[in-house]
Amino acid sequence: MEQIIQQMVNGVSLGSIYALIALGYTMVYGIIKLINFAHGDIYMVGAYIGFFLTTYLSIGFFPALILSMIICSLLGVIIEKVAYKPMRNSTRIAALITAISVSLFLQYGMMYFVGPETRTYPNILPNSQIKLFGTEAVIDIKNIYILVVTIVLMVLLQYVIYRTKTGKAMRAVALDRDASELMGIDMNKTISYTFAIGSALAGAAGVLVGTYYNTINPLMGAVPGLKAFIAAVIGGIGYIPGAVFGGFFLGITETTVSAFGGSLYKDAVAFAILIVVLLVRPNGIFGSNTKEKV
Amino acid sequence: MKILGKKNIITLIIILSVYLVVGLLMNIGIIDSYIQLNMVLIGVNIILAIGLNLITGFTGQFSLGHAAFMSIGAYASGIATAKLGQPFIVGIIAAALCAAAAGILIGIPTLRLKGDYLAIATLGFAEIVKIIGLNNSYIGGAIGLNDIPQYTNWTWLYISVVGTIMLAYNFVNSYHGRACISIREDEIAAEAMGVNTTYYKILVFTIGAFLAGIAGALYANYFFFIKPDTFGFMKSVDILVIVVFGGMGSITGSIVGAVVLSIITIFLQGVPELRMVIYAVVLFLIMVYRPQGIMGDKEFKLFNKEGVLDGNVSSK
Repeated sequence: MEQIIQQMVNGVSLGSIYALIALGYTMVYGIIKLINFAHGDIYMVGAYIGFFLTTYLSIGFFPALILSMIICSLLGVIIEKVAYKPMRNSTRIAALITAISVSLFLQYGMMYFVGPETRTYPNILPNSQIKLFGTEAVIDIKNIYILVVTIVLMVLLQYVIYRTKTGKAMRAVALDRDASELMGIDMNKTISYTFAIGSALAGAAGVLVGTYYNTINPLMGAVPGLKAFIAAVIGGIGYIPGAVFGGFFLGITETTVSAFGGSLYKDAVAFAILIVVLLVRPNGIFGSNTKEKV
Repeated sequence: MKILGKKNIITLIIILSVYLVVGLLMNIGIIDSYIQLNMVLIGVNIILAIGLNLITGFTGQFSLGHAAFMSIGAYASGIATAKLGQPFIVGIIAAALCAAAAGILIGIPTLRLKGDYLAIATLGFAEIVKIIGLNNSYIGGAIGLNDIPQYTNWTWLYISVVGTIMLAYNFVNSYHGRACISIREDEIAAEAMGVNTTYYKILVFTIGAFLAGIAGALYANYFFFIKPDTFGFMKSVDILVIVVFGGMGSITGSIVGAVVLSIITIFLQGVPELRMVIYAVVLFLIMVYRPQGIMGDKEFKLFNKEGVLDGNVSSK
């Protein structure tokens, strides 16, 4: 019983991280139909920014989180302007390879600057644990921080998307690009906002993961990036609550698989889930079906 | 067209003379072992790229998991030659057949998907293959498979590369090849015209996997040693980059792409720290300034004197 509760707690924390990254994927895919492979690496950059802020400038958790989000959103906008904007009217495969090249650039550029070794995050959160319902299962204070930060960010995102003019523009562009442009929506600005918000969420996820798992390295973004993409696809790509569901679902599944002794196969399980979902419901669990027209 | 027509005889003479000249140069030591190593890499890349070009360039199906078939081929040949002590020909055949079987198994479910979803599903399969390889103790797990005999030589390499090119060229210019191209151009229209799209997609996926299996066997039996990490996502990306860089839908493009990118890689080995960064920038510049690749979808032709401009209509 403790085992199950403990794994649920871990799964929710991991799921929060996946969900935050997946949101960026799903928003970008919804708006320009591009698998932004560099997104996982923005998360890595976010973790490093948090690391430098907390280690060398020794500032607290929340200022580091917010600064990291701001820098990451700038980075996202720059990547969009420099790399993806020239590719907007090219073929899908060329855009995909561009995204992969940006991802490689970030990974190995970072490795060049900070070195390939793993860094250890300082302890910036209080180290206390809470026993749960009198059982042996413990909740670290970090778990609570992660969950609360994630929920706050998601509520904020929901507000931005459904209550502000920018959010309305994003939804309009995702629905029909040409029509929204005819209605006077500034496409470039909307796409930049989307990248900014998505990258800020990835940056937050980076800082959270740094404080939770304590270790970061320049290639840490690749696998969570793919996992987050899986999460977005499971939930129905382009659909925001779907990404949140997918993230938590994947996080909990993974910790459960690890708990039953399959930790070596947990990545394989994630991909297997992806393939099954794609085959059964190609548009994701919550995705709407699109009819093929001639 | 006669089998022993003038063109074919000239082509045959060229193929044989290239084989003999390069073989001679190797024997007298002008081509040293370093160049030979790079020639093997280029040859393997040509075979891989042509296989993927059939899938992505000619049939229009995204695949981000081509390295998985190479890995299956490499391990099949490695097991056959190192563990079971079979000759190389058995290894190559086993590699090609295992990879082709995997191609059918993976192709049947995933080829129902389209575009990015297909790319992600193939990526997923490739990762699963890699993880199974990492955790299987019979084939060495993460440590890799050692002591594979070095059977790959110039003869095997040359036969495989030329065979691949001929197979691909004849396939593309056949009835079946045109069916595949029609799927790329418009799948719904192709289906309406009576092309069995599922059959052709799986067929071409299997041919691509078959070729990747051969490439894997050549790779494994040249480098003695293989491990699952070699055939990860980056290898699939490398193959895809060769295809797109050379030109999707051009066999000569794949050959040129494999040669040029291998040379770029060789030059970048001088700056190990910045190698991947420069590679990324080069990739990006290629995609921005020449997204259709070096050759576009044109083929390089020796015989263009008969006034036929387009290679695809030359079969009179």
